[in-house]
Amino acid sequence: MKVKVLFFAGLREQLGTSGEEIELPSSVTTVAGLRNFLSDKNQSWKTALAEGKAIRMAVNQDMVQPGARIQAGDEVAFFPPVTGG
Amino acid sequence: MKISVQSGDFDAGLELRNLSKDSRVGAVASFVGVVREVSMTLEHYPGMTQSAIRKIVEEAAARWQVMDCTVIHRHGALQPSDQIVLVAVASAHRGDAFAACEFIMDYLKTRAPFWKKEHRAGGAQWVEAKSADDKAAERWQDPAKKAG
Repeated sequence: MKVKVLFFAGLREQLGTSGEEIELPSSVTTVAGLRNFLSDKNQSWKTALAEGKAIRMAVNQDMVQPGARIQAGDEVAFFPPVTGG
Repeated sequence: MKISVQSGDFDAGLELRNLSKDSRVGAVASFVGVVREVSMTLEHYPGMTQSAIRKIVEEAAARWQVMDCTVIHRHGALQPSDQIVLVAVASAHRGDAFAACEFIMDYLKTRAPFWKKEHRAGGAQWVEAKSADDKAAERWQDPAKKAG
């Protein structure tokens, strides 16, 4: 299935992209699974998305927990903890 | 309810007056966040920001008597002393207005997708999230806890 992945702030800079459409294998069904899948791209993605890094996630503009399911056509965003206000 | 995410400045006085036009309103509590010392760039997640703030305001309205509410948050390049954010809540009485205003601000700090990048002499750096902000938001989950 295809999903749209977005990155913001420091994570966007580390990865060098604000996002892309990607085709996922059927084994990827959750946001945490997607993060794992993305981190296999290369060493710098592995470092930026490593498990210990504080990263927040949103599916279709709604903050979610790592176990949240993803479906074809979803917009999945990864970003550092927010610092507005 | 008015929620605006904008690059331009806002007139807090005008916004407060707009909230007190309804004759049932007896209290308007507000908070203005200001850039302190260092110029910065504020990034946000355009598709999500508005709806995230709306959810926070709706949650406040479910807990307190909120007759009207205005939240304005700026993005883009900001200089020291620039206004960043306005949260203003209109209610019949001050207790609800104060509490809802502080709640919205605390939740906005931890749930609305904004990120600050500070431009210091040594270079630009993303601001790290503070655990004190998480604690400020968490205390609203237990009504027995008082503001720390």
